[in-house]
Amino acid sequence: MSTIRDKLREYRTAGYYTEFEYHWTMAVDLDRCTGCEACVVACQAENNLPIVGEKRMRQGREMKWLRIERYWDGDYPDARLNFIPMLCQHCDEAPCEIACPVFATYHNQDGLNAQVYNRCIGTRTCAVYCPYEVRFFNWFTYTWDEPLEQQLNPDVTVREKGVMEKCTFCVQRINRAKDLARDEDRRVADGEAQPACAQACPTDAIVFGDRNDPDSAVSRKLEDPRAYKVLEELNTHPSVVYLKNAREPLAGHEDDDHHGEESDSHAASPVMWSEESSEAVA
Amino acid sequence: MSATRELMFDHGQPSYSEVNNDVINALTTTTWRYWVTLGISAGTALLFFVAPWIYQIIVGVGAAGMNRNAMWGTYLSNFIFWIGLSHSGTLLSAVLHITQSDWRKSIYRSAEAMTLFSLMTAAMFVMVHVGRVWFVHWTFPFPNPMELWPNFRSPLMFDVMAILTYLTASSVFIYMGSLPDFAAVRDRSTGLRRRIYAVMCFGWRGTAHEWHTLGWAYTFFAVLVIPLAVSVHSIVSWDFAMSTVPGLHHTIFAPYFVCGAIYSGTAGIVTVMWMLRKFMGFGRYIGQLHIDNLSKLLLVLSLIWTYINICENFSGWYSGTSFEYEAILYRIWEGPFWWLYWEMILFCAVVPLVLFSRRIRTNWNLMLVISILINIGMLTERFVIVASSLPRKFLPDVFGTYFPSLVEISITVGSFAIFTTLFLLFVKIFPAVSIYEVKETLNPLRRREAHT
Repeated sequence: MSTIRDKLREYRTAGYYTEFEYHWTMAVDLDRCTGCEACVVACQAENNLPIVGEKRMRQGREMKWLRIERYWDGDYPDARLNFIPMLCQHCDEAPCEIACPVFATYHNQDGLNAQVYNRCIGTRTCAVYCPYEVRFFNWFTYTWDEPLEQQLNPDVTVREKGVMEKCTFCVQRINRAKDLARDEDRRVADGEAQPACAQACPTDAIVFGDRNDPDSAVSRKLEDPRAYKVLEELNTHPSVVYLKNAREPLAGHEDDDHHGEESDSHAASPVMWSEESSEAVA
Repeated sequence: MSATRELMFDHGQPSYSEVNNDVINALTTTTWRYWVTLGISAGTALLFFVAPWIYQIIVGVGAAGMNRNAMWGTYLSNFIFWIGLSHSGTLLSAVLHITQSDWRKSIYRSAEAMTLFSLMTAAMFVMVHVGRVWFVHWTFPFPNPMELWPNFRSPLMFDVMAILTYLTASSVFIYMGSLPDFAAVRDRSTGLRRRIYAVMCFGWRGTAHEWHTLGWAYTFFAVLVIPLAVSVHSIVSWDFAMSTVPGLHHTIFAPYFVCGAIYSGTAGIVTVMWMLRKFMGFGRYIGQLHIDNLSKLLLVLSLIWTYINICENFSGWYSGTSFEYEAILYRIWEGPFWWLYWEMILFCAVVPLVLFSRRIRTNWNLMLVISILINIGMLTERFVIVASSLPRKFLPDVFGTYFPSLVEISITVGSFAIFTTLFLLFVKIFPAVSIYEVKETLNPLRRREAHT
């Protein structure tokens, strides 16, 4: 039964990476997230994100690879604010990757959803196909005012107009850690490669690591019963896992919470990872 | 058969020489009005299309009104509109050729030209749309030292291939069908024009062998073009349908787009026929029979189109997926473009119902109005699909809106000028009515009279 499925998968993914040397994964503990946006600032500084200004911001053209989404529960005064840091989910079955006509976005050997700026011709199809809306287009060539260009990160390209960009899981830091590990003839140790957002988070809500290593901090987080993925029903198999905010239900919102428990139990079951869950669907 | 022949010509049958005179005179005698019209449309194309485009290339695609939520806008919806408009010409001509419908013979040349030029306009929109137009050739699978290939999984890649194939096949089809007519023009002209047409007709002499080969090749291409035309708009629809976006992710999109394309293309043919009658003096060759038949086709297509629209909304409502349901609701009622949606329903589903009346079907002026209304409806249909789905996908935190900027509106207007310019050039280069095939439909009796 599964052989046909395997063959289909093999056919579908010919020439593409399906097994990864490292499988970089991020776990975001929403219970710990205070919405302070330190991660957003860290990302902006690390990845040479342009400051687009108020006018462009109002036009909906801001460049924030990582944003804190805010969702309100209940009505005033019994209201509560929930935060979800939203960034590129590095989906293993990424909708954006099939869209690009020139292979500017593809899945690399580390399970990262890579974006090749030089190859991008700007059809913007990947952004349309992305259900998380975490891809950002350079509508203009942005510049930095006089002293500010001094603080640009030399490890990261500055993008020009007409190019799509998005969160890379700080691939420059991952590559540095891998280079170091290769020199010393070992694998990258847990916690050695840290994206800027994880490093900046004051409450350690963001945990980053290699899913292939069963002892890594992120692998342990994945076994948490609170773990779930955003828009899992679209079958994108994201590499970012969120740990549910487990708080007392608001008065008068037991129904909402009941719904939440349902998805909780679903997420807690072992059919979380790609192969098994596709089996379950089949 | 003879009844059809009688109906084809409103003012009695022309003789052989009259056909030659009428068509070739339209080619050779040019009034000042033509030059003024050509000047205005070429000027409009430069001012409204080329100038804003150059501006956009210099500053970046940000000159258009698109934003993070609506990464696609009017450029893409216009692209689909023009591809759609291209759908009737060659397809209709080919279908009518292999079903041996004689009435096609006086209208097919300009219908095919319409296909060709709207395809070219659509291709322009691809280039206006992309962020870095100077690298657009990377979508072609050409050998290069980096050994980089396009992504064969991408629907956009299929698109490039399908459109290029269709453009090539349509060009060959219209050129091959014009060979005997180029020869006719050559025989009737002198000087430089004669030399140019001598080259263009590939030295056509009109031998039995040449006629036989032409007929065979023409039928071959007609059969080839039909599946191509259907595939092109199916593939264009996959640009949308292969995404996960609610409101676009429909399996019905391929037949929906093909039907809509033929619909708007047929309406376009009616508009062009009216122009040819009015300004080129082809009233003798394009008559009651043609408009009646085209209107019947429009009526059928409008009914199919309405049915598919009902299906789309019903399945959105019935799906139980809140995303899909909300996308439909946003499109038809809650969004900023709800009035455009109902305008499109009015123009494309309600207005064409009057075509049940034969008196309206054969009224050229009324048909001009209806055909233009249909194409306005189809233009907004494409816009509504794009502009009401993309700003609201899944995550409510990033919901946005989209409204086209001045640059986008100007380029949209300019694209019509580009199409008009190309068509005006066409009517002075190609015989806009097929001379030899109109002659084929003449009564044998008249043939003898013409020779005496």
